[in-house]
Amino acid sequence: MKALRYLIPLAIFGLLVAFFAVGLTRDPRQVPSPLVDKPAPAFKLAQLHEPQSVFTPEDMKGKVWLLNVWASWCVSCRIEHPLLVELAKQRVVPIVGLNYKDKREDGTQWLKKFGDPYALSAYDIDGRVGIDYGVYGAPETFVIDKQGVIRYKQIGPITPEALEKKILPLIRQLST
Amino acid sequence: MRALIFALALCVPGLAFGQAAEIAKPDAAVEARLKGLAEELRCLVCQNQTIADSNAPLALDLRNQIRQQIAAGRDDAQIRAYMVERYGDFVLYRPPFKATTAVLWLGPMLLIVIGAVVFLLVVRKRRGVSAPGAVAISDAQRAQLEALLEDAPLPPPEAKPPKRAKR
Repeated sequence: MKALRYLIPLAIFGLLVAFFAVGLTRDPRQVPSPLVDKPAPAFKLAQLHEPQSVFTPEDMKGKVWLLNVWASWCVSCRIEHPLLVELAKQRVVPIVGLNYKDKREDGTQWLKKFGDPYALSAYDIDGRVGIDYGVYGAPETFVIDKQGVIRYKQIGPITPEALEKKILPLIRQLST
Repeated sequence: MRALIFALALCVPGLAFGQAAEIAKPDAAVEARLKGLAEELRCLVCQNQTIADSNAPLALDLRNQIRQQIAAGRDDAQIRAYMVERYGDFVLYRPPFKATTAVLWLGPMLLIVIGAVVFLLVVRKRRGVSAPGAVAISDAQRAQLEALLEDAPLPPPEAKPPKRAKR
């Protein structure tokens, strides 16, 4: 009984430490998306480079592809951009850009300056498609499978680590 | 003429910044419903603000989105569902009760119950300690006790208090 007196506070302390140990390593900005494992929301948008052409996710049916939300005003997009350019060179997976709340001219200039990894970019001027995709912090990247289902969402820049450990293995698995 | 051009030029930046604005022609009933809804929805950009409070561009877009949906005749539950579909339960300041939120809802109550149980146990234990020590005495015994206390010699004078250490 006497031992219990000391063991209970110790146990509570241990529990708190465990909660903090897990909680402090998590990023509160990473809100799990309810869209994962759901069909990618449909949309129809003009393309960034060719305003007369339309893009819809339907066009990508039968392919595993990435949808990357970016904007010329988005600072973090520049951080991940070299990684995307590199990935595009390897031709592992088609990357479609969603140019989010940007000016057409700024967007095209930005791609000219930093390289264009995108098969094409859809031009979401008012951010409506962004809302449908639950975008709240560009850049965001969605891995979409052959059936058009979202299988993974990266919030914030793609890190080399996330690419190697999550995105590439998932693409390989979905492609087979 | 030159002054006019200069004045016009000064307006240009104002125009450029003017684009991020609330939708025009506010309607009191719509605004009231918007306020009610927006105060219950979290802005995911700033996380600790509602989309009613936040000035983040996303919060502005979402407010306009809600306005459009109100205008389109959707009810509050539908609009809330629209937000949850896209951003998850985290957007709701009052999340629904389900398996993943059970700890959130029940945790505080559980802590109160644990606290109450511990409190009662301690109180009961204390009572158990003092009860056997207390002995019922008769009036005669009480009188005798008082007499004894009256007669008791003064306690011996205390030893000199130790010198205070200089601070």
